[in-house]
Amino acid sequence: MGWAMRHPAALQAKGLRVRLGEREVVRNLTLTLHPGQVAALVGPNGAGKSTLLKALAGLVPSQGELWWQGEPAHKVGRRARAQRVAWLGQGQTLTEDFLVWDLVALGRLPHQGLWQGTRATDAHAIAHALEVTETWTLRQAKVSELSAGQRQRVLLARALATGAPVLLLDEPLTNLDPAAQTQWLRWSRRLARNGVAVLAVLHEVAAALHADRVLLMRQGELVADEAADQRTLHRAVEALFDNQIDVVPNGQGWAVGPKPAPNNG
Amino acid sequence: MSSGRAAWGLLLLLGALSLLLLGLGLRVGSGWWQQPVPDFVLFEVRVPRLLAAWLSGALLGLAGAIAQGLFRNPLADPYLLGSAAGASLGLALALVWLGAGMVGSGLGAALGSTGAAWLGALGAVWLTLTLARGAQHTLRLLLAGVVVGVVLGAMVSLLGYWRPDILVVMQGFMLGSTAFAAWPAVQLMAVVLALSVALAWGYAKVLDALAAGEETAQSLGLPLPGARVVLVWTLAAATASSVAHTGLIAFVGLAAPHMVRALVGVTYRWRLPLSAMMGGALLLAADLVARVLLAPQQLPVGVLTAVLGGGYLLWLMSRRRGLWGGP
Repeated sequence: MGWAMRHPAALQAKGLRVRLGEREVVRNLTLTLHPGQVAALVGPNGAGKSTLLKALAGLVPSQGELWWQGEPAHKVGRRARAQRVAWLGQGQTLTEDFLVWDLVALGRLPHQGLWQGTRATDAHAIAHALEVTETWTLRQAKVSELSAGQRQRVLLARALATGAPVLLLDEPLTNLDPAAQTQWLRWSRRLARNGVAVLAVLHEVAAALHADRVLLMRQGELVADEAADQRTLHRAVEALFDNQIDVVPNGQGWAVGPKPAPNNG
Repeated sequence: MSSGRAAWGLLLLLGALSLLLLGLGLRVGSGWWQQPVPDFVLFEVRVPRLLAAWLSGALLGLAGAIAQGLFRNPLADPYLLGSAAGASLGLALALVWLGAGMVGSGLGAALGSTGAAWLGALGAVWLTLTLARGAQHTLRLLLAGVVVGVVLGAMVSLLGYWRPDILVVMQGFMLGSTAFAAWPAVQLMAVVLALSVALAWGYAKVLDALAAGEETAQSLGLPLPGARVVLVWTLAAATASSVAHTGLIAFVGLAAPHMVRALVGVTYRWRLPLSAMMGGALLLAADLVARVLLAPQQLPVGVLTAVLGGGYLLWLMSRRRGLWGGP
């Protein structure tokens, strides 16, 4: 983490609280995201993961302190915020059948005026996002013609095209087969190498253990925040899911499976 | 991009088609292919009527495209904020006030009833926005629009029940007709169309982003609250201008953006002007057919657009199962 420490935090939250109606969904949460790091956010349903992500992206009002690249969130305007933090929601549906290029181009809106066209820098960023996600050849296809995996990659390219140093992704692996999930991890690493901080909500525990760092969330609070290869983290993961799962060493990495039934059961 | 080339092609095609229909319309009166007509008939009756038909259709096509983008719903049509029922109520009240015989008999009365329909349409949208507590919640807006439409529609029916003498004029209005449009109508609609296209075009990127979801649009740093207000009122003004001058024309506002969507996969910068052009060409063509189909009798053009538009949507539905853009 030596490299990360010499740079300002990509995103920092201190004592963050989010209320939805009567309920406090995120409670007094503190975390720091570093450039070049892929972090996974794991937790049972209803733990507040999606709400936390939206709060970190400035999409829902929150209390507490929040900084984007060292700048207090309340001092950052709407468009500047969109340039600093990119957010990709879960299960995104499109109501229009855009061409892939046009969809990815939406990611450039934070850099354009409403009346402005696509400039050379925009086209360059769009092309780069398409290349990184290996969707360049699909650029003239309609979104409806894509497979679920291709679609997910194109949506990722849309978030990427913003050029924001923080990527907040809500369940980007949904609908992806195991091969596509592995590829996705490869892309997120490639992004991180370029200095982007990635925070992804993942339901797939095995995939989450391939991140640099895993954050565990339960009932609006972080219960663990450790490097993915720590055995203490694995114990915490098992506890988070009521000890119904088992994390065991497997070759270079870790495998997750159902806990063996006790002998007397 | 090749989508741009396809869009230019469609734009030129629709422009050429509109000019062709205009030329044809000049020669077609209440009978099929008439002898040359007096200049007075040509310039005081036919030209304004043809232009009014095109403009009214264009306003509906534009309003439909805005509605479908704003509400993220390909089934949205320009009337869904209550403007149709509002315009009907405005006209019904004016008829009760002025007396049914007045309408169409003098310029003042005609302008009075048109103005009443215009005010009624905008008043209904204002009522919808008030009930929905602003333009920020799509579902609330749609529900409020339904409520306003039903309630104002019931009031129109009640007025007709009390004063059967207004029913003939009301029926004509509800079926839609371009027969009464004169030069003032053309000028007014042209101004409103130009302003509406310009305003909506300025927010085309917001409509694009909304297709990817409200929160996505928000995350992209777009000025959503302001954009919604401008777009809702643009939609309302365009619809009101069409309805006030040519009555309730069914399906053009729904079908025109759909046809554009089916022909070219483009963003709203193209979708908006193309939908307007498509709406204009559609209504102009329908108006022409309505005039000659049962000549010398004229068919109300709204009946024709309803039948043709409905048929087109059915055809589209049977052709593509994933009609609404789903994978």
